[in-house]
Amino acid sequence: MTVKLYIDSIHDALQEEMRRDDGVFVVGEDVGVRGGVFRVTQGLIEEFGEARVIDAPLAESAIVGVAIGAAAYGLKPVAEIQFADFILPAVNQLISEAAKMRYRSNNDWSCPLVVRAPYGGGVHGALYHSQSLEALFHHVPGLKIVMPATAADAKGLLLSAIRDPDPVLYFEHKALYRWIKDEVPEGEYTVPIGKARCVLEGDDITVITYGLMVHHATEAARELEKEGISTELIDLRTVAPLDSEAILAAVRKTGKVLIVHEDNKTGGVGAEVSAIIAEKALFDLDAPISRLCGPDIPAMPFNPPQERFYMLNSEKIAQAMRQLAAF
Amino acid sequence: MMNAQSLEVPAMIAKRHDKLGLTDHDVVKMYHFMLKTRGLDDRMWLLNRAGKVPFVVSCKGQEAAQIGAAFALNPVRDYVLPYYRDLGVVLVFGQTAKDVMLSAFAKQEDPNSGGRQMPGHFGSREHHIVTGSSPVSTQIPHAVGIALAARMKGHNLVAYTSFGEGSSNQGDFHEAANFAGVHRLPVVFFCENNKYAISVPLRKELACEHVSDRAVGYGFPGVTVDGNDPLAVYAAMKEAVARALDGQGPSLVEAMMDRMNPHSSDDDDRTYRSKDELEEVKSHDPILSFRDYLLDCGVLTEASEKALREEVTVEINVATTYAEKAPYPHPEQALRYVFAE
Ligand SMILES: Cc1ncc(C[n+]2csc(CCOP(=O)(O)OP(=O)(O)O)c2C)c(N)n1
Ligand SMILES: [Mg+2]
Repeated sequence: MTVKLYIDSIHDALQEEMRRDDGVFVVGEDVGVRGGVFRVTQGLIEEFGEARVIDAPLAESAIVGVAIGAAAYGLKPVAEIQFADFILPAVNQLISEAAKMRYRSNNDWSCPLVVRAPYGGGVHGALYHSQSLEALFHHVPGLKIVMPATAADAKGLLLSAIRDPDPVLYFEHKALYRWIKDEVPEGEYTVPIGKARCVLEGDDITVITYGLMVHHATEAARELEKEGISTELIDLRTVAPLDSEAILAAVRKTGKVLIVHEDNKTGGVGAEVSAIIAEKALFDLDAPISRLCGPDIPAMPFNPPQERFYMLNSEKIAQAMRQLAAF
Repeated sequence: MMNAQSLEVPAMIAKRHDKLGLTDHDVVKMYHFMLKTRGLDDRMWLLNRAGKVPFVVSCKGQEAAQIGAAFALNPVRDYVLPYYRDLGVVLVFGQTAKDVMLSAFAKQEDPNSGGRQMPGHFGSREHHIVTGSSPVSTQIPHAVGIALAARMKGHNLVAYTSFGEGSSNQGDFHEAANFAGVHRLPVVFFCENNKYAISVPLRKELACEHVSDRAVGYGFPGVTVDGNDPLAVYAAMKEAVARALDGQGPSLVEAMMDRMNPHSSDDDDRTYRSKDELEEVKSHDPILSFRDYLLDCGVLTEASEKALREEVTVEINVATTYAEKAPYPHPEQALRYVFAE
């Protein structure tokens, strides 16, 4: 075990997998000589050369589309979209192509592709460098979506994503890159896609979240513990497919659930989590399902007061938890 | 730009195909494939009109270009990412009349998709045909990816991808062409210019004269050839394939042709094409002109030509009967293969 920054864990996992498997390669904007605008791919071009660390022309649909072709041919591309916000030009390739290649060919062709994309706000990125876009893809059968919150999961989920025989979107939160560090197992370490993680065990309320919000919710839970409220905290880790079993077990344990995400509320991942709970565990509930999410505005403003207004933090989460506990 | 030679062959002239390295046997095979393509196309149209097949898309008028292009490729070595009209190409790459009919009737045994996709959405790993979809031009970056992956694996091959001239306006065409140009990848971009995108005529589609003019913007050659002449298409494609295999990068070949049918079985082209124009199109049917060429240079006789036609008809009859009787997939099978199982 080594304590690593979240960003270093992604870098190291990518490097290890590229060493292990010649078929793994990286393609994206500035991923080569510059090592990525966030430096996730730093040093890879020196070790693996231009053929496996490809500085692509600035065209997202081609980055994803070319990677899809390479995946169909049997390689394991890890395409980087510089900011999740700029995945939109590639949505047709992701939804019409990657998600459907296996299905439409009746299992003859497949698309073992990973698309990494830094997402999320609170980093002064304004409207177009702050978005969470998982909900757009969450609706699409044929795509898996992972969103690690810890350095260990960053590694374990990246290795699983690369080895997965189908397309996986890997959303990494920019605010976690150099803020979060934790113990990362050495060598072979995978985290199964589709399995949530219990972060804290508790009896009074359940909080279900993912990504950056796992850390804010953890802080909030520690705060509430001092007030005598104990929290069961679930980190979904994978938002598609959702771990219904873990969600339902955690809800049944306390009978009170708060779903938290940074993405705006309407049609968000939390809506599906609530629906699962409503369908399967309604009579285990002692309070209405509650959600705390980003506001339903088009995107995050640049000026600090409005950015803070948009972003959830541990105080806002703690407040929602108190209300739920008191119900 | 390369201009196609005229197809009017004086009685005693040398065979043009000799100069291209094609044997008499090769050109008869080409003609046979053209007949089979046309025969299947006509049959599917008929089945649609008879209410037996809900939707078809036709390649009538484009067979010469498709067969000329496919003959310049090697089905064992190369990969194709065809668009919906490229029936001729997939036949040369190994699909059979039976496969085509199974797809038209959307039966379980359809090798493209198990009856999931409409006809014209080709795919077969065995035959190096990469699975395609309906949104136009999405296959073009995939071809670039196939070429990239093959190069990384040390495989020397050509990735062929086709599209209509209308679809050359899509970002995916431009993004993919640029990527292939920058990385000098072995891709042949084949544009089947039938002068219409559904109802929109060429002059409303492009401001440049030729789709091939676009290649220069991406640093590789583009040529325009007569798509009614399979030998002219073959010659241009052969050059593009040689460049690709030699590490010289991509090429764009544009073949000019006419769409002899409406856009699809749901379209009515009389609402946007004049009677005169539709008559005119019939007068340069590429199958008739190639037949005349083969007769003129003595490769075929009236009798051997008739025998070929009959052979094709029998094959298509057998395929149609088989496919019509073949079972549909089970409804619940719709749930399978979202992910690996
Ligand atoms: C992205 C997208 N937009 C619209 C369509 C509907 N559509 C199907 S074919 C077609 C015209 C294509 O014209 P062209 O590329 O010239 O090919 P052609 O059909 O003439 O061979 C259109 C508009 C589509 N399939 N995909
Ligand atoms: Mg057209």
